[in-house]
Amino acid sequence: MTTAPPLEIRSLTVAYGDHPVLWDVTWVAPEGLTAIVGPNGAGKSTLIKAALGLIPALSGSAAFFGRPLDEVRNRVGYLPQRASVDWDFPATALDVVCMARYPRMAWWGRVPRAEREAARAALAEVGLEEFAERQIGRLSGGQQQRVFLARALAQDSDLYLMDEPFAAVDAATEQAIVAVLRRLTEAGRSVVAVHHDLSTVPDYFSNVLLLNGRAVAAGTVQQAFTPETIAAAYGGRLNLLEGASVAAGARA
Amino acid sequence: MSAPDFLRLDLPALVAAMLACGTCGLLGSFLLLRRDSLLGDALSHAVLPGIIAGFALTGARSGLPMLAGALAAALAATVLITVVRRAARIESGAATGAVFTTFFAGGLVLMEVSGARSVDLDLDCVLFGQLETVVWLEAQGWSSLLDPAALAHLPRQLHLLAGVAAAVVLIVALLWRPLHLLCFDPDYAAALGLPARRLEMALNLMVAAAAVAAFEAVGSILVVAMLVCPAAALRLLTDDYRVQVLGGAALGAGLGVAGYALAGPLPAAAGLTLSLNAAGAIGTLGGIVVAAAALLRPRAAAGRREEPAIA
Repeated sequence: MTTAPPLEIRSLTVAYGDHPVLWDVTWVAPEGLTAIVGPNGAGKSTLIKAALGLIPALSGSAAFFGRPLDEVRNRVGYLPQRASVDWDFPATALDVVCMARYPRMAWWGRVPRAEREAARAALAEVGLEEFAERQIGRLSGGQQQRVFLARALAQDSDLYLMDEPFAAVDAATEQAIVAVLRRLTEAGRSVVAVHHDLSTVPDYFSNVLLLNGRAVAAGTVQQAFTPETIAAAYGGRLNLLEGASVAAGARA
Repeated sequence: MSAPDFLRLDLPALVAAMLACGTCGLLGSFLLLRRDSLLGDALSHAVLPGIIAGFALTGARSGLPMLAGALAAALAATVLITVVRRAARIESGAATGAVFTTFFAGGLVLMEVSGARSVDLDLDCVLFGQLETVVWLEAQGWSSLLDPAALAHLPRQLHLLAGVAAAVVLIVALLWRPLHLLCFDPDYAAALGLPARRLEMALNLMVAAAAVAAFEAVGSILVVAMLVCPAAALRLLTDDYRVQVLGGAALGAGLGVAGYALAGPLPAAAGLTLSLNAAGAIGTLGGIVVAAAALLRPRAAAGRREEPAIA
């Protein structure tokens, strides 16, 4: 068993044009369930994408399990934002989940039966087995989000980077996703998820990174997710309603 | 019309139209699914300076130098589009538009100054192609189809078209799954470790090669029409990736044949003196097919929109 953390970010700086988004972020993601929270434009998605090498970083680096990503790619799963793709695309739910297994197949020919079965199992894991053959545009938003979750699961990774897995889903889907995340951590996997709803952070996650261009605070939810750190991350931008919901979440 | 006449005049043009339109129809689906149909338009125009340069350097309208020039120009244009997009921070459609019109205009200027125009390349040929001039004068009869000596004199456009079509079909088959993922979710492809950038480049180069091979025979306007129309029609009719891509190729090839036949041979066979520009007829048919697909769509795709979603 290795002791290297699932994800370690060192001095990461990212800019779009001359507009800096992340400034010298250094952060170690522990094992278990971790939320990345912060106001809009704080660089939460950027952090994940830069760690995965999807957007160029001005400086800094990311290590997964103590190694560069290229050496451990099969141990790192990714769930992009649902809105990042065209759901009218000609593909079934099963087609999309099979994509996770493409690195394990030839680039042409039929999808091998074993890979197809693995994809079906991932769909069953999120409760969508009966929708396997449905075109993805005919699924509800929550179901689409679960298809993306199933695709990440089908990568069978040790660390999952998830970009807003709870964005715009119904309550039932949210509970289904939470259940999947808990099963993952019980099986020894780790999850780092960009999260928007401050009130559910203490319920769903054990660790947190508060981000606002820089890493404001990080650690266990109990230590690092305090009114002071939240105020520091959100500045004056936390409105009354959000403040109240955080307080309610903390009491729960 | 006698068999030798058919072989000499119509068959080569028919095959050229079929290959050109089929190849563009095959690649069109990838551009459409990437929401990047304009790139086909852009590349098919941006290759012009490369074609002229290839022509000017070798002094002959031979296939390979022009193809090489076109690929170089397409590569330069794709890189430049990315650079303009980043440097000027304008949206990609504007960057694409600015680069390809500049390339095309530069090609026209190059055509004048290099003297290429006085010989054989002119604007009409660039825009509308010259399908009617793809002829096989050595054909004597059906037996010529098996005669190596006669086959060696098949028009050079056919050689280039057939070579590019075969290469494109082979590459698409080999890259079937990566292209599927690249069209749907390029970031995820990259996160899985697939060479997303190089796949994009391969797709762009295939489009450029298809454009240049098709362009001399059918013209740049028809290239654009065939990159867009068959894919768009299929997109309205199917939710199946395989049907979308292969159907686009088949529809393109069919449009090429039908359009060419409607332009000349069929009216002639019916005793009419009517004769149309073949590229025009093919392009018009393409538009009609998209319109027909849109009218048929309610049955095929209404369900996609209105079927109640089950949470």
